[in-house]
Amino acid sequence: MTGFLTAQGVNVRLSGRVVLRDISLALPAGHLVALVGPNGAGKTTLLRALAGLVPSDGAIMVDGDALSSLGLRERARRFAYLPQGHIVHWPLPACDIVALGRYPHGATDPARLTPKDADAVLRAMQATDVVDFAARRVTELSGGERSRVALARVLAVEAQVVLADEPTSSLDPRHQIDVMKTLRSAADRGTLVMVVTHDLGLAARFADTVMVLSEGRLVSQGAPREALSEQVMADVFRVSAFRADYQREAVIVPWAEI
Amino acid sequence: MSLQDVMATADIAARRRAGVMAGLVALVVLLMLLSLGIGAVRLSPLAVIDALFGGGSDVAQVIVREIRLPRVILGFAIGAVLGLSGAALQGLLRNPLASPSLFGAPQAAAFGAVLVISLGLADVRSWALPTAAIVAAFASVFVLLAIAGRNAGLLILILAGLAISSLAGAATALVMNLSSNPYVALEIAFWLLGSLEDRSFRHVLLALPFIVAGAIILLSQRNAFRALSLGEETAQSLGVDVGLLRLLVITGVALGVGGAVAVSGTIGFVGLVAPHLMRPLIGHDPARLLVPSALTGAALLLAADIAVRIIPSTSDIKVGVLTSIIGVPFFLYLIMRERRALGGGVA
Repeated sequence: MTGFLTAQGVNVRLSGRVVLRDISLALPAGHLVALVGPNGAGKTTLLRALAGLVPSDGAIMVDGDALSSLGLRERARRFAYLPQGHIVHWPLPACDIVALGRYPHGATDPARLTPKDADAVLRAMQATDVVDFAARRVTELSGGERSRVALARVLAVEAQVVLADEPTSSLDPRHQIDVMKTLRSAADRGTLVMVVTHDLGLAARFADTVMVLSEGRLVSQGAPREALSEQVMADVFRVSAFRADYQREAVIVPWAEI
Repeated sequence: MSLQDVMATADIAARRRAGVMAGLVALVVLLMLLSLGIGAVRLSPLAVIDALFGGGSDVAQVIVREIRLPRVILGFAIGAVLGLSGAALQGLLRNPLASPSLFGAPQAAAFGAVLVISLGLADVRSWALPTAAIVAAFASVFVLLAIAGRNAGLLILILAGLAISSLAGAATALVMNLSSNPYVALEIAFWLLGSLEDRSFRHVLLALPFIVAGAIILLSQRNAFRALSLGEETAQSLGVDVGLLRLLVITGVALGVGGAVAVSGTIGFVGLVAPHLMRPLIGHDPARLLVPSALTGAALLLAADIAVRIIPSTSDIKVGVLTSIIGVPFFLYLIMRERRALGGGVA
């Protein structure tokens, strides 16, 4: 297999339970990949394994280097990870949170950024439109604003791979589209973006590749229409779906349980 | 708001932090001078400065440089490392109620020290006392964090800390109970209350290396605490080795608290109070809180040590008793303030 990010026979066990079985994938740079599947399928675990946050066996390669051969800092520069929930434990100003994206590059103090780091922070804040409230504390922001700050932090890393775990959950439709468009344009600039989502509609519309996980196995992958075929929708999600094309994009709306 | 506004806001915050730091340094220096001047012979701050630098009468020089200076150095160093340890633990656990004394670290260190005293191994020149205190403090914090796991809630931390400090207290009581010599038991009982009285440069030499080493370790990790504001997993994804960080913080706190307890007995609640006093002035950034919390801790302990000498009483009040009497109501106030969050099932 060739690809920018590849995995070969990856298994993950968490406290004795096999969560991922024999995952193999090869993803090119500049793609937006949607990772979908029922609850408990192992989507978050796969994201964590790719970021090196949980131990796995099998081979993961990024840009020709084995993940296991990279140090913590180097790994952090290549993979930007956005977890679910956007936890911030202290009421820090939003701009300091975004500046933490430069931590892997050695900019550990937001008050002393190099011009290069400051530029990256500014670009990320502009791309997510958070400059207006950058000086405010994150605890004072609305849910939508907070999720954009979290996304800005991830973009500020300027990593080769962005791994985002449900970046659109609990957002209103307008913000969901905003977030997906921001990630889409990051992919168009050459970043490999991988998004975990339960929203098959967003996955079908914005992703180049959809990967379907079920019970720890990768059961389907490809362009949205094929990866989310009627068969897959029935077997994996146990629903039927309304399918159509609109403005040349696939429209897939889960409709009724089977 | 434009980018310029954002940068201007950051500048104002930075200037305010610098102002607070300058004020703290001035306060600590003033308290040190006052502390050097207070005692059986009262000296004015000017006379103290004079004596420090070799002027004034021989008597004044001996009083300031040999009798009172060790006490002041210890007051500064111990207060500072307690404040620093509190801020570091709060940063590590992302929890404003974390502190060495709530986690049983000083109590465990005291047990280690008491064991050594009762076995007759404690000599003011020997390293046995600080070593035992540090090992016991390390064990207590290590056990606490092992019980707490990766994402412990407040309830688990407080309960585990209560259990550990009770166990250490019981073990200390057992040692006193078993001691054949009642004078040793009495000596231990008074020592446990925490005091800086009658300390010499030998005590300074005994504690300071450990306190300095602990402080260096904790300060070297300051920026990791900021990354940890986003949770352990995200910090890890930013390149922070969270497992190593935990170990370093435990080691730093154990060295600092163990070294302090070895010469002063248990002095509680400075580590809890200091970061809280600084948050309204400095902000919540756990990295920026470390040094101001250390200076505040130093100021608190120096002030308490001055207070025990000027409060009129028939017998000596121990400084550890005073810090607890002030610290515990403060802790209760914090619980009141966090009541809603606590009631909401933080655990």
